Formats: sequence, C-alpha cells, structure tokens
Amino acid sequence: MIARLLAQIGRPVLAVLAAFGRVTLFGADTLRHMVTPPFYGREFAIALLQIGWFSLPVVGLTAFFTGGALALQIYSGGARFSAEAVVPQIVAIGMARELGPVLGGLMVAARVASSIAAEIGTMKVTEQIDALVTLSTHPMKYLTVPRVLAATLAVPLLVAVGDSIGISGGWLVGITKLGFNSATYLKNTTDFLEFWDVGSGLVKGAVFGFIVALMGCYFGMNSGRGAQGVGAATKAAVVAASVMILAANYVLTGMFFTS
Amino acid sequence: MITLSGVHKSFGPNRVLRGVDLTIAKGQSMVIIGGSGTGKSVLLKCVLGLVKPDAGTITLEGQDVTRGDRDAFLARFGMLFQGGALFDSLRVWENVAFRLLRGPAAMPKDQARAVAIEKLRRVGLKPSVADLFPGELSGGMQKRVGLARAIAANPEVIFFDEPTTGLDPIMSGVINALIREIVVEMGSTAMTITHDMSSVRAIADQVAMLHDGVIRWSGPVGEMDAAPDPYLQQFIHGRATGPIEGVR
Repeated sequence: MIARLLAQIGRPVLAVLAAFGRVTLFGADTLRHMVTPPFYGREFAIALLQIGWFSLPVVGLTAFFTGGALALQIYSGGARFSAEAVVPQIVAIGMARELGPVLGGLMVAARVASSIAAEIGTMKVTEQIDALVTLSTHPMKYLTVPRVLAATLAVPLLVAVGDSIGISGGWLVGITKLGFNSATYLKNTTDFLEFWDVGSGLVKGAVFGFIVALMGCYFGMNSGRGAQGVGAATKAAVVAASVMILAANYVLTGMFFTS
Repeated sequence: MITLSGVHKSFGPNRVLRGVDLTIAKGQSMVIIGGSGTGKSVLLKCVLGLVKPDAGTITLEGQDVTRGDRDAFLARFGMLFQGGALFDSLRVWENVAFRLLRGPAAMPKDQARAVAIEKLRRVGLKPSVADLFPGELSGGMQKRVGLARAIAANPEVIFFDEPTTGLDPIMSGVINALIREIVVEMGSTAMTITHDMSSVRAIADQVAMLHDGVIRWSGPVGEMDAAPDPYLQQFIHGRATGPIEGVR
C-alpha cells in the first residue's frame, strides 16, 4: 500500500526530473553549437525578423494597456493612504523591473514558442530534419542556434520598447484621466527611474528570450508523429516556456533585488 | 560497395531488424521490397546514420559508416524522401542547390542556381519552376524536385524511399523511368525501397525482400518471377493468402 503510494508519487517526479535533464542537455548542446562554426547568417536574420520585428505589435499593445491599467490601479490604491502622487514612479519601476519583461516574455512565448515548435515539429514529421542531415547540415546549427540567438537578442529590445510604451500608457492615462501635469509626470518618471531598474529588465528579457526559443526548438525537435504530435508539441512548448519564464523571473528578481 | 552484416534494430519491444545481411555492388541498382512496417525505411536510415543500429556493421567501400568524417561520408550520398521532404521556406532552386550553397566547397550563388536549373531540366521541369516555393507544386513535381536535389551534387550513392507513393500510374512511370535513366547515366549505386512492383521491374538490377527483420530472398530481378520462395511469390503477385499474414 505505502510502496504503491510512493511509486505513484515517484513516477511523475522522476518523469519531470528526466524531462528537466533532457532540456538542460539540449540547452547545453545549443550553447556548444553557438560557439562553433558553421554559422547560418541568413537563418539568423530571418529569425530576428520573425521573433523581434513581428512581435512588436503584440508586445507594444500589451505594454500600452498594462501601463494604463497600472496607473489607474496605483492611483486608486494609493488614494487609501494619500499616495496618489507616486503613480509616475511606480508605473515606471513596475514596468521596467517586472511587467515589461514578464508580460513581454509571456506574449513572445505565446507567439514565438508555438510557431517555432509547430514549424520544427512539422519539419520533423515530414522528414525535413532527416533531409537536412543527409545534406550534411546539422539541425541544431541550422534550426536551433539561429532561433535561440535571435530570441536572446531580440526580446531585450522588445522589452525596452515595451517599457517605453507601457510608461507612455501610464502617462497618457495620468494626464487625461487622473489630472497629472504632463511635465511633472515625466520629470517624476525620469528622476526616480534608476539604470538598474531598466538594466535588470533587459537581462530578464534576454533570459526569457533564450527560454522561449529553446522550448520551441526542444519540443519541435521531439515532436510526436502526425498532426496530433505537432499539436501536442506546440501546446507543451507554450506551457513550458510560460512556466519557466515565471519561475526564472522569481529567481532573477531574488538575485537582483534582495541583498 | 555497401555491405550490411548482422544489422539489428529494435524500438522498445518491437524488433524491427533481426540480423540483416546484404551486399549492394558498386554501380548496381538494388531494390528492397517488403510489406508495410517491415523495416525497409529503418534499414535505409541505418545506412545513412539517421538511425543507429543496435548491432551489426554497415560498410561503404570497406569503411565503417559510423566512423570517420560524417560530412564527407554524407557528401557521397543523395536521397529522395518519400514525401519529397522539400524545405517549405526555400524556393525550388534553393532546395535543389542546398548542398551546393553550403559547406567547405560552397559554390557562388549564381553558379549554384545554374546547376540547380540544369538538374531541374534533367528531371523534366522548366526553369520557371526554380523560383516557386514547394507548396506551389503538385505531388509529382515535388518528387521531381526531390530527385533533382538528390542528384545535384553528383553523388556516388543514391537512396530512393518509396519514390512513387501517392502518385498516379502515369507519373509513377515517369519517375521510375527518370530514376533508371539517372542511375545508369551517373553510374551511381542505388538503393530503393518500395512495395510498388512496377517500380521494382523498372528500376532494379537486384532485388531483396525484407520480411520478419531479415532478408528473405535476394537475387537478380530477372530471376524474381521464377524464384520458388512462397513469401516472395505471395508478395510480388499481391495474393491475400499465403505464408505472409494479412491483417483484415
């Protein structure tokens, strides 16, 4: 009875640990291929465009509405202890440190991890990955490295743009609905925002970008057969990337802001 | 010459290859026949190193295929995949010239494109096809592009995986004739896996039948019809009854 119960607990724990080990090895393999030639510049440029440029609208809109909603929340919450004036500072710090990178990362995870997993998974089930091998081209170098590198570089830029748009959203709500003076709002934002508030968000963005592309590639490369296999790989990539972003965010926040 | 000795491969409890012994002479066209799920594709992928055998040895010109420079080894091969396996994101000519554009002996783009167009012409496709994407082609045209890609770098050995699957009889005949012409013209060693008997008769110099994970019969195509093996006879005549169990 107890042995069976332990087995029932142990089996999924072992499965999760094994999966974590496989992902870690995949990540290490990706890093190893990143620093050894050949490099596929064209594939990197395409991935940069797909992951970075085409994610701008969704990240921008998310940041804009989040910045606006944050301003409203801080204003109404702050009113309870006469702290309505801190809206610009808290919006700026909240967007730069936390909401910009986390929401940006999650939006990119939804958009990019799914598309990478679906694309590579389809390539696997239609034997395109095997074809790459027979054409003396390593799939890790040709498919994984360009995407992971592009996401690691592009997501911090998206976060930076998202921070700016989010703060602008807060500013717009502040001056149109909350009665703030525009110049004062902007002065408070710039005076209280420190370099590391923004820098830490960009570092988080790079880590989240790495996670998103790695999960997309890992689940795509390990996709099961047929449409069902590709569908399952796509879903798993988005779920894993999202959970790992939130977990990594907690770890990084602890590292950056607790002494 | 390609030699397989005692090649075993299992996937979990499923023992697909149980000791395959086979020799393909240089310049010969070997066709491997057998029912669906008998491990023909696995055998082919073992030779290419896409699947690692559990036991046994595979040599090309006496050299173990699992040792030595892998890129140099693969450069000697061309392969036509069952579904074409063309890269959707690349234009037709870029698919054909894929190997020519990469690696230490990469050609300039213009030269690679010219070679690709020449190979497309060789398989009966017009130069105007070169700038299309694979998704814009019919199944037969995709097979031809796959064939052009397989021969683009003039390989010593060409593998054909179910080259006529999904094609109408006329297009199948065209592809079979093209394969035969190209293999003879290039003097390449060819290994084809199929269960299409019209392909066997059109392409093969030698035939080997894979059944229950071993080579059940092998010999010249001309001796196939008169061979006394009941498994072979049931397969080539497509009989529902016989020693090979059908699933109803």
